[in-house]
Amino acid sequence: MTDTPLLQYTLRLADTALVLGHRLSEWVGHSPVIEEDLAFGNMGLDLIGQARSLYSYAGEIEGKGRDEDALAYLRDAPEYRNILLVEQPNGDFAATMVRQLLYAAFAHPYFEALARSKDATLAAIAAKAVKEMAYHLRHSAEWSIRLGDGTEESHQRTQASLDELWPYTAETFETDQVERALIEAGVAIDPASLRATWDKTLDHVLSEATLERPHDGYMQSGGRIGHHSEHLGHILSELQFLQRAYPGATW
Amino acid sequence: MYTQALNTQDSAPVAKSDPQADSRFQARVDAEEKIEPNDAMPEAYRRTLTRQIAQHAHSEIVGMLPEGNWITRAPSLKRKAALLAKVQDEGGHGAYLYAAAETLGTSREQMEEQLLSGAAKYSSIFNYPTLTWADIGIVGWLVDGAAIMNQIPLCRCSYGPYARAMVRVCKEESFHQRQGYEIMIALCKGTPAQKQMAQEALNRWWWPVLMMFGPPDKDSLHTESAMRWKIKRFTNDELRQKFVDATVPQGHFLGLTFPDPALKFDTTTQHWNYGEIDWAEFKRVVAGDGPCNRQRMKQMRAKHTDNAWVREAANAYANKRRQRAAAMPIAAE
Repeated sequence: MTDTPLLQYTLRLADTALVLGHRLSEWVGHSPVIEEDLAFGNMGLDLIGQARSLYSYAGEIEGKGRDEDALAYLRDAPEYRNILLVEQPNGDFAATMVRQLLYAAFAHPYFEALARSKDATLAAIAAKAVKEMAYHLRHSAEWSIRLGDGTEESHQRTQASLDELWPYTAETFETDQVERALIEAGVAIDPASLRATWDKTLDHVLSEATLERPHDGYMQSGGRIGHHSEHLGHILSELQFLQRAYPGATW
Repeated sequence: MYTQALNTQDSAPVAKSDPQADSRFQARVDAEEKIEPNDAMPEAYRRTLTRQIAQHAHSEIVGMLPEGNWITRAPSLKRKAALLAKVQDEGGHGAYLYAAAETLGTSREQMEEQLLSGAAKYSSIFNYPTLTWADIGIVGWLVDGAAIMNQIPLCRCSYGPYARAMVRVCKEESFHQRQGYEIMIALCKGTPAQKQMAQEALNRWWWPVLMMFGPPDKDSLHTESAMRWKIKRFTNDELRQKFVDATVPQGHFLGLTFPDPALKFDTTTQHWNYGEIDWAEFKRVVAGDGPCNRQRMKQMRAKHTDNAWVREAANAYANKRRQRAAAMPIAAE
């Protein structure tokens, strides 16, 4: 890996946003009510928008002429750097909302902090994203509460999703060598510093939702160094289909 | 998106009308006054409009399926975002139109029920599949283009809430149409394979799109009363001709060939003459035997049934909250 830390860091953020945006876009047209189709559209657009800005910046940092589409469409799964949580399948509506809650409860304070980054471009992208993530957090928290404290069936489904996704929550707080130097330089954010905020948000929502916080068992990790679950390959085979089937075409 | 709204005949008995009230109503319509939800209106007018607006709303919602089919496979991030936003707009139109229809006294739940039971129709154009990315261009350029032809006059419809809804919907649809045409330009300026993809999509969609305007005037059941009530301003054939005249030069600009050997510009009438539409196909697809009718209904029913527990949970939670709120003052005493 010869990529600079800043490039790797930017791609991690970009890939995470794109993969989650792609997942949410899968719901549009298939939601429980029209209003949720609209909400998934909004959230998906927010995330894809974040990804586009980040990829463009990554392309600039790299300086090899790769644009947002070259980075999104022409890298294979091992080159993707997203966290594992966001590539997990949508499952039912509860699973999607819990995944969104787990991510947004982290991403909101993360972008809030990143908006003060010494890297002006990342700071500007984060400043926009923080407003979007506030909505994602509110929306997913409201639904998690509604479903957790709704009927017995919805409670069970939501608890089951929470249990299943929990092992993917620790990866968000990890740091490695790539990020450490950037954190020291005031460019990246130390995610561990946001752990208490995340815990507090989660505990509040889960208690309102009458859901039980799962125990921290073995935690899955590896997305940020390209070790993914089986799901990412399928996402990319759909996402990249046209670019791969018609190499070099302009759309 | 618009639908062949007035093709199904309403066979239910209509309450006996009051001739005096009816002529007062007609005088208001003739004077181009807008009819508002609480105004007196003939029962047949209310029914016709409810059916048309509901059918229009259903079309927006079902229409999300063939277009949504390509969201995850859009060829660039820009196209992906644009398509996502477009499909989201269609959902917004659906919600907006259901609200307009509700002002006539039928609830959204009732209308949705009618769609799922097959009692209500949606535009038959969505019973055709989107097989390649070029279909997304065609749907924007031609399907939305035909919809705009139909809907611009509806902005002056006698029923206020529908007319106002149409003003907003038309603005968004014309944006979608430009977007669709832009996809076609990119394909036609692209590689030979892309150009071929564009041509094949046009070949598949051209005739079904012409059918979107409904049966020829000589066979149209509802045109007369709908015109009198100023729900409709132009006949099916008039709108179809306008559409052909506007669209053919756009297709030629792209370097595409229309799949109609009879298509010819008439220098006397200054219109494009077109060949015979296969009305047997139209009837067959409306009746349920299009390529995707069963699939679309299955998808609509599945999302309704599979997600019933979500709606139940939302209701249960809302009830709990109401009960807790009601219990609070007592607890405080």
